[in-house]
Formats: sequence, structure tokens, C-alpha cells
Amino acid sequence: MEVRLPFLAEGVEECVVTFWHVAEGDTVEEDDDLAEMQTSKAIFNVPSPAGGTIKEILVSEGDVVKVGDTLCIIELVR
Amino acid sequence: MTRRCRILYLGLYDYAKAYTLQKKLVKERIAGKIPDTLLLLSHPPVYTIGRSGSREHILAPDDVLEREGIKVFETDRGGGITYHGPGQLVGYPILNLRRHGSDLHKLLRMYEEVFIRVLAEYGVKANRLDRYPGVWVGQDKICAVGIGVSKWVSYHGWAFNINPDMKYFSYITPCGIRDKGVTSLTGLLGRDIPEFEIMATAAGHFGDVFKLRIEAGCAAAEMIEVVGI
Repeated sequence: MEVRLPFLAEGVEECVVTFWHVAEGDTVEEDDDLAEMQTSKAIFNVPSPAGGTIKEILVSEGDVVKVGDTLCIIELVR
Repeated sequence: MTRRCRILYLGLYDYAKAYTLQKKLVKERIAGKIPDTLLLLSHPPVYTIGRSGSREHILAPDDVLEREGIKVFETDRGGGITYHGPGQLVGYPILNLRRHGSDLHKLLRMYEEVFIRVLAEYGVKANRLDRYPGVWVGQDKICAVGIGVSKWVSYHGWAFNINPDMKYFSYITPCGIRDKGVTSLTGLLGRDIPEFEIMATAAGHFGDVFKLRIEAGCAAAEMIEVVGI
């Protein structure tokens, strides 16, 4: 399952990845913080949409990402 | 039905302790165990550095910070460096943003709106500045804002300058902005307004802006039990 950057605010199309809370291979539960993003004066922690294992991280700390971009891939718990 | 918001008045409260408390409350809010909650407090002197700040924005040498007893914290808040100390009204709203528009910048604008209204009560015309979040009087910032959001619940918030010792701002480049100033309510009015009065006024406007029914203080004991402070 691809985790994408959700809508954060009206007029905000991109933000900066400031921190990854998880690494590839980590197990996560639904709603766990995956990655921290910054826009203006706001920090947003992208929640995990489901439980599973982090298979691949596609963006790095410092990268600028757009709403809808894929941040990581989660292998879902069956 | 108007949703409710509990206010906890914490008085002068350590920054690190307040941070831990916020994180606990965020978890409780997500779990639905507590309603929207607003912490009102002030901190002993401390510089906090948000995600876009750096220690380079501290202008005073280490021994000055040590002599003045100012701690420094790097924290997961949006924005740069700022000062917190006695004489400020700090607010940390723990809100389920899914019920308040799910829009990070709208949230910042709403915090600003609360203090634009508070200042209007004292005859001060405050404004926003493009690209510089916070509440400004002319080119001077009177209320800093900066938030964190986890699972669509907010933490961090604002710091409104009632009458802090302004010298502490001169030891830093607030938010990394060099060409603007900082001011306080006392500085603008030339007289002191009691902190409790500002708290009550701010709480009232907070309720209006967020369309929340404010339940003050009375639930504190129960909250303390929930979060174990």
C-alpha cells in the first residue's frame, strides 16, 4: 500500500520532510506517526493508514514533497 | 449542540513537563478519553527552537544563558527560535482537527484571530503579515504561533506577550527574522493588565473563534487523574 502526502492546508501544495519516525522493516499500527512534515509554522505527522511493515521509504529528510506524492510503501498485515 | 473544551490553568510550568503533558493529552484526545482541551500557562525562561530554527539564532554567549538561567530546547514545533518566560500567556490547544477543518494553516489563522480580538478589547489594532505567521502590531510581533499535529490532533500553540522581560528577545533572532521587532501589551498600553484578566478574555475569544463551549478549571482534578500529572 502506498502512503501519500495528504491535504494539509488550503493553498499548500508542498512541504519539507523533516523527520522519519520509522525505518524500513519497522512494524507500524494504524495511525502511528510515520514521517514529520513542515509547512510554514506547522509540523504535521503523517499517520499510517493501516497496520503493517514499512517495505520501502521513498523520500528523505530534507526533500520537498507535494500533496499526493508517495512517501513510503507499507506491506499490510494479512 | 456546541462541543465543549476544557481549560487547564497550569500557572508557571516547566517547558519539558508541559511538553510531556501535551503528548499524553494528544494520546488521550485521539483515544476519545478527553474532550478538546486548552492548556494555559507560562514557562520559566526558556528558548525553544522549532524545526526551521537553529542555535545560530541565539546571539548571546553560553555563559550569559547560564548566568541568566535560561534553558534551551529543540522541539518538534513548526517555526524557528522563540523565547518563553514569565509575563507571557502561552496556550497549547489539544484539538481534534478533524472537527475543526483539518487545515493546518487555518488553525494558525484561528489562533491569530483569538489575539487580534483580545487586543481589540484594549483598543490595539493588530494585524497579520503575509508570510510571517503570528499577530503583529505594525512591524512588531506580539503573539508567536507554532503548531505540531499528530493523528490530526494539535499540540504546541501560541505565546502572547503580556509583559515579559523584553531583554530576553534581544539575545536571539526571533524566528530567524532580522528586520522586524517584538512588542508586549504593557509596552503598547503603558500600563499593566492583570494576567488573569487576559486569560479570561483569551479563553472567551478562543471559545468564540472555535465555536466551543469553555469549561474552565473545574475539571482539572479529573484531567489530572486521566493524564497522571
